[in-house]
Amino acid sequence: MSLNIDHASVVYPAADGRPPVAALSEVNLAITEGEFVVALGASGCGKSTLLNLIAGFLSPSSGTLTLDGQSVQGPGADRAVVFQKHALLPWLNVLDNVAFGLQIQGVAKQDRYRTANEYIGLLGLDGFQKSPVYKLSGGMQQRVGIARALTCDPKILLMDEPLGALDALTREKAQELILNIWGKTGKSVFFITHSVEEALFMGTKLIVMSPRPGRITHVFDLPFSRQFQSGAPARQVKASPEFIGLREKVLNIIFADEEAVE
Amino acid sequence: MTVTPLPKAPLPKTPGLFARMARARPTKPGEIYGVPGQGNTFWLSVASVTFMLFVWWLVTTLGLVKPLFVPSPQLVLAKFGQIWREGFTNTAFLDHILISTLRVFGAFLLACLIGLPLGLAMGMSPMIRGIFDPPIEFYRPIPPLAYLPLMIIWFGIGETSKVLLIFLSVFAPVVLGARSGVKSAAIEQIHAAYSFGATRWQVMRHVIMPSAMPEILTAMRVGIGFGWTTLVAAEMVAATSGLGYMVLSASQFLQTSVVIMGIFVIATIAFAFDLLMRFLERRLVPWKGRM
Ligand SMILES: Nc1ncnc2c1ncn2[C@@H]1O[C@H](COP(=O)(O)OP(=O)(O)O)[C@@H](O)[C@H]1O
Ligand SMILES: [Mg+2]
Repeated sequence: MSLNIDHASVVYPAADGRPPVAALSEVNLAITEGEFVVALGASGCGKSTLLNLIAGFLSPSSGTLTLDGQSVQGPGADRAVVFQKHALLPWLNVLDNVAFGLQIQGVAKQDRYRTANEYIGLLGLDGFQKSPVYKLSGGMQQRVGIARALTCDPKILLMDEPLGALDALTREKAQELILNIWGKTGKSVFFITHSVEEALFMGTKLIVMSPRPGRITHVFDLPFSRQFQSGAPARQVKASPEFIGLREKVLNIIFADEEAVE
Repeated sequence: MTVTPLPKAPLPKTPGLFARMARARPTKPGEIYGVPGQGNTFWLSVASVTFMLFVWWLVTTLGLVKPLFVPSPQLVLAKFGQIWREGFTNTAFLDHILISTLRVFGAFLLACLIGLPLGLAMGMSPMIRGIFDPPIEFYRPIPPLAYLPLMIIWFGIGETSKVLLIFLSVFAPVVLGARSGVKSAAIEQIHAAYSFGATRWQVMRHVIMPSAMPEILTAMRVGIGFGWTTLVAAEMVAATSGLGYMVLSASQFLQTSVVIMGIFVIATIAFAFDLLMRFLERRLVPWKGRM
């Protein structure tokens, strides 16, 4: 799998008396097999726009977007999306929510339940198959969303601030869970966050974005998620001098951005 | 450096009556601070109904108003028993109820059958919305009694104009409910479905229609309410049976007790159906407003 974004720009047209918004300007990005790319930046810098572009919900105003050499035209099952919230279907129970993608693809009930149950187990949701999703905690709802995205065996997982609505403790657990799943499935991931610590811990590659116009200003290669995968405890990774050093560096970049705006 | 003494704090005083009324009180455990209008009203409602019945009984028993204007509750009850046994104008009481119920439900079913798909289509397609929005918005605020004469001229005095009149009063709220229900689905839910490769039709079937259910059920509830409201008007059209007919013809003979009895019967049936719809709502969309 390889995703290539080449000089992509997105301009939202003027509306209601507002001027046009250059949400993305000349963005270049390549995501290769098994990479965990994290996008970080202040709100309004075009992170969601970039994700929507990859997902196919938006088409670029200029530039190109290819997945395995094929130009991306609209959404497709090779790219699964995990949203921050509001994306589960409350009239379905956990099992049917997880199996939803397969149902859309016309997979027979027995087969789709078998696959769904595998991912339910993987996400630690066993025993909740029949629970209505609206009764689950935010953390569990997010796990249902991730399981649902995985069932269709996508080439890449697109996550837009998936942990943004969780409390601190649940959030750290969810980070580790996602890394474990990433390790087991070997999927490529594009992950949006505005937490610097989360970005550094999770990614193999970090892209820092800036607003007005939205663009990628810095790219870092990150070692920390690999360290976690080869057995280092999360807290220890996050407390290491390299981690803290890089965190300060990235924070400086982001603060400088904020000040430039003000 | 000199320290100027702080002015003495005024004594705390009990806030005035208006201040107390203007502010929310601390809540009891189990309630949430500041939720408008919370609290159980059951016993107050029982007391209110009892009081009204009592006043009705008192005023009539003391002879303060003539039975022609307000018959006593006993009299209305007796009338109910009599009509239950003997029927009204040669038609059994249950037949009156049955024919009215059939008219209202027939019109209601028809309105749902046509109105729900049309409303959904209007929500989904700007073209269909553009075409059907003006006529519906035009006739919606007109009282049914105003176009009743037209119904009679066009469709005669048979069942058609009766059912059609009720149909029209149910149709508008049902269409508008389904139409705005289309907007209930979160864009994330829709995007999720598309990203699994869903077709437009699948998104409609698996996301938009289920999430429109709460609004559709509410619209149906409102709609059938309008249906019962229009019943009497519909049965003004040369009817020989039905609850509306019973009330109307009783009024012509100044049988006030029958009029009041009929009103109670209509109210009871409409209320029973409303309860049924609320029950259905709890069963079908327990997730309403929870995600
Ligand atoms: N549908 C839209 N129409 C117009 N402007 C938009 C739209 N969506 C986003 N924008 C604007 O584009 C910029 C980037 O938005 P977004 O990609 O949502 O940023 P982020 O996810 O990083 O917070 C913002 O200035 C936002 O106001
Ligand atoms: Mg965003």
